[in-house]
Parts: sequence; C-alpha cells; structure tokens
Amino acid sequence: MSITITDRAKKVDRRPLSFTERLYLPGIMKGLKITLGHMFHKTATINYPEETRPFSENFRGLHILNRDEQGRERCTACGLCALSCPAEAITMESAERQKGEEHLYREEKYAAKYEINMLRCIFCGLCEEACPKDAIYLTQTFAPANYQRKGFIYKKEDLLIPQKAQ
Amino acid sequence: MFALAITFSLILEKVILISVILGGSLGIAMYSTWAERKVAAIMQDRRGPNRAGPFGLFQPLADGLKLFMKEEIIPAFSSKFLFILGPSLAMLTALMTSAVIPWGPDIKDQAGNILINLQVADINIGILFVFGVVSLGVYGIMLGAWASNNKYSLLSGLRAASQAISYELAMGISLIALVMMTGSLSLKEIVEQQHGFWDGNYFSWNVFKQPLAFIIFLVCSFAELNRAPFDLSECESELIGGYHTEFSSMKLGFYLFAEYINMFITSIILSTLFFGGYNFPFMDQVQAAVPPLLFTIIGIAVLLGKAVMFILFIMFVRWTIPRFRYDQLMNLGWKSLIPLALINMLVTGAVILGFQF
Repeated sequence: MSITITDRAKKVDRRPLSFTERLYLPGIMKGLKITLGHMFHKTATINYPEETRPFSENFRGLHILNRDEQGRERCTACGLCALSCPAEAITMESAERQKGEEHLYREEKYAAKYEINMLRCIFCGLCEEACPKDAIYLTQTFAPANYQRKGFIYKKEDLLIPQKAQ
Repeated sequence: MFALAITFSLILEKVILISVILGGSLGIAMYSTWAERKVAAIMQDRRGPNRAGPFGLFQPLADGLKLFMKEEIIPAFSSKFLFILGPSLAMLTALMTSAVIPWGPDIKDQAGNILINLQVADINIGILFVFGVVSLGVYGIMLGAWASNNKYSLLSGLRAASQAISYELAMGISLIALVMMTGSLSLKEIVEQQHGFWDGNYFSWNVFKQPLAFIIFLVCSFAELNRAPFDLSECESELIGGYHTEFSSMKLGFYLFAEYINMFITSIILSTLFFGGYNFPFMDQVQAAVPPLLFTIIGIAVLLGKAVMFILFIMFVRWTIPRFRYDQLMNLGWKSLIPLALINMLVTGAVILGFQF
C-alpha cells in the first residue's frame, strides 16, 4: 500500500511510445502549431525607456516638498513626518526664520536640513498623511538607480519642488 | 589572341560572380543571426533586438564589431596551428558549397545564346561535390575541438563527428533515390528538370515525386547543421559551449558564422533539389512577357525566397523542439532514417524499372 500525502498526485504515464509518437512528426507539427500561434500574440514586453507602464492613481513614489501659492516653503519642521515614519527614513533640523526671509518660508520655523533616505523608505505615505501643513507629498515617479548609497539620501534641494519663475 | 580575350572575360565574369555570391551569403548569414533572435523573440512573446537602428537592423554589425574587438585568447596548452585551422576550415567549407549552386536562369540574348551562366562551376557531379565539402566541414569542428585540449570540447567533437557520419549515410541514401529518378548528378540539370510547376501530367518539383526522400534529407540536414533538435555538440547544459568553449574573438565568430552560412547553403540546396530551385509556376508565360534580364532577376528572387522560407523553418524548429538525447539521436539515425531511406531507394528503383518495361 502506498502512502499518499495529497490527492493531487498524478500517475506518470510510463508506457512505451506508440508508433505515431515514435514517428515524431505529428508531435513536431503540434509543437510548431503552438509556437507559430505565439507569433500573433501580443508581446508582453514594453520598450522601457520610451514607454512606461502607467501607474495606478494612488501610486506612492518619490517625495516632494511643497510650496505655497507665493512660492514659500510650507514645511515648518514640526517633525511629525519623521515621527510617523515606520522606517525612520526622515531626519530634519529646524531653524528660526530671520527678518527679511518672509518670502522664503511661510512659518516662523522652517527646516534647515531635511533628508529622506530612499533606501530605508518603504513608500507607505504615512508622512504625507501626518503632515499638518500639506508640505510633503508622494509623487508618481520612483527613485532612479545610483552607484553609491549616499546617492540615495535625498537632501532638501532634491526634494523641494523648483521655485516657479516669477 | 581571341581565345585569350574570351578566357579573360570568363575569368572576370566568374570572379564577379564569386564575389557577389560570397558577399551575398555573408550578408544573409549576418542577417540570419538577427532574424534568429527576432524569430525567437516573437515566438516567446518578446521584442528581440531593437536598440541598434530601426528594428535593431544594425545589431549584426554591432555584434561583428564586438567579436573583432574582443581579446583573442589561445590557450597555452592548445595545439596552436590546429586551433587556428579549426575555425578557418569550418568557414572555408561553409563557403565552398555555394560554387555549384545554380543561382538563377541563364542570362540569354534575344537569339537565345547564353551570355552569362549564373553558376560558378557547372560540374557534372555537383551533388557529390556538395557532399564531399559538407563532410569536410565536420573536420573544422573536430580539429578545433581536439586542439583546444579541453574535455568538454573533445566530447563535443566526438559527438559532432559521430553524428555527422551517422546522418550522412541516411542523407546520401535518400538522395540516391532522387538521383536515380533524375538520372543526373549535376545540380543545374536537376533544376532544369523541375521546370515550371506542372509538366502536363504531374507536379514537376521533386518534393512531390520523392516526399519521403525530402523528409529524410530535411531531418538529416538538421543533424548535419548541428542545429536544434540535434545540436548535441554544443549542448550547453552538458558541455558548456561544446567545441567552441575555448574559442574567443573572431575565431568564435567564424564558428558561429559558419553555422549560419551552412544554414543558408542548406536551405538553398533543399530548394534546389526538392523545391524546383529558381523555377516557379507559370514561368513560361512570365518569360514570354518580360525582358530576359528581368526574368533572371525574378528567378534569383524566387530561389532566395524559397531559401528564406527554409531558413525561417529551421529557426521555427529550433525554438520549438527540445534537444534529443544522444541515444535517441543515434537510434533515430541508424534504426529509423537509414532503413527508411533504403526502402525508399528500393521502391524508387522498382518503380523506375516498372516504367521501363
């Protein structure tokens, strides 16, 4: 009596080849029909750098730091994003806004240094949800390849969206 | 003086013909590599080479350049002379077969005199010549394999040699039936006999008269080409790269290239022997309607078209069928194809004899 672990085991057909099977030609024809049929299938590959696959509506990619309508940085370096981050990818240092810098920073406190380690980041989007100032958003792009680890630590200059031309 | 002038013009004509044929076969072999990768890609729902130029058409040039630029390594423990002779011989024999192939109908003037014969050498033993050269081709593989002093290469060389010998038998016997029927060994004459498509009573192409010989010849030519499903001599999973494991740079290129040239020549020979060469249906009507030069060009195009179909077929087979096991290969050769070819020969002989009485 043989022991069976599952009921899905299939018995292998070990009968010797029949005459038509030993002729090979019908089998070859069958194979050719299948492979030739694939000539009319849609290719599964896309021409990557020229074409990209569309992301879903709520794709979470690289972060950006937002500006307000007058082009001032929204971030006030409250640290809620760093606190909410499960991967501990965000660090920042805050600084006080000086006189004459009102056109640069919206609040009286701003992030002098703001870094996200893209190797740590899990792109969960919790920073985006935690931010009370609508300063950080996740975009539809992803981090490009880099040769060095330090290339993946994105500084404030990398994250901040460019100043609109006045 | 007059005779000298004729000789000179003949030599010039042949030199031009030879250069065109060599250049043409090299070009077709080059684009066969591209076509093979495209065919493989299409069959596997991929895209294939498409970076170099439109549709990747410059890919063979890039590949050739890469092979030229690669470092040339000759192993210290190899037999140097034979190591270089191997790929050269493979390439030489691959190119030599094209000499006896009738590439198109003769170019004639209005009176019907032959001006240019589109065949480098119309020798009356064309088929024997092809067979001799093809059998020499295996020396290229054997010498290269043995000279590289590598176990895997040696095994591959042994396999290639025994496979070639086994399948040449069946191939030759299958052709004897054809030769008995045509009564000639000259390729030119065999082609002329297959004139048109319908000779009034029956199809004139040999494939309709000798279908079994065609199938045997086709299978054996796969084996002679060392291509899938009979590519045991370069079976990667067992023998690394087979006979070209130790080869690098353009010497490797020669081996790979010789395979594609052989493929082209085999396709040409298959279409010449069995599919009427440059003959096509309604060729008499076409000949009457168009100028002679255009007719010749149509004939060449028809032959090349048939060859391209065969090349594509060989590629389709490669990407469809898994490799044979070695004992299966030998069984198929010795126990199936040779008896079949012998029976075919006997039946053909009996039928010819019956017609004579």
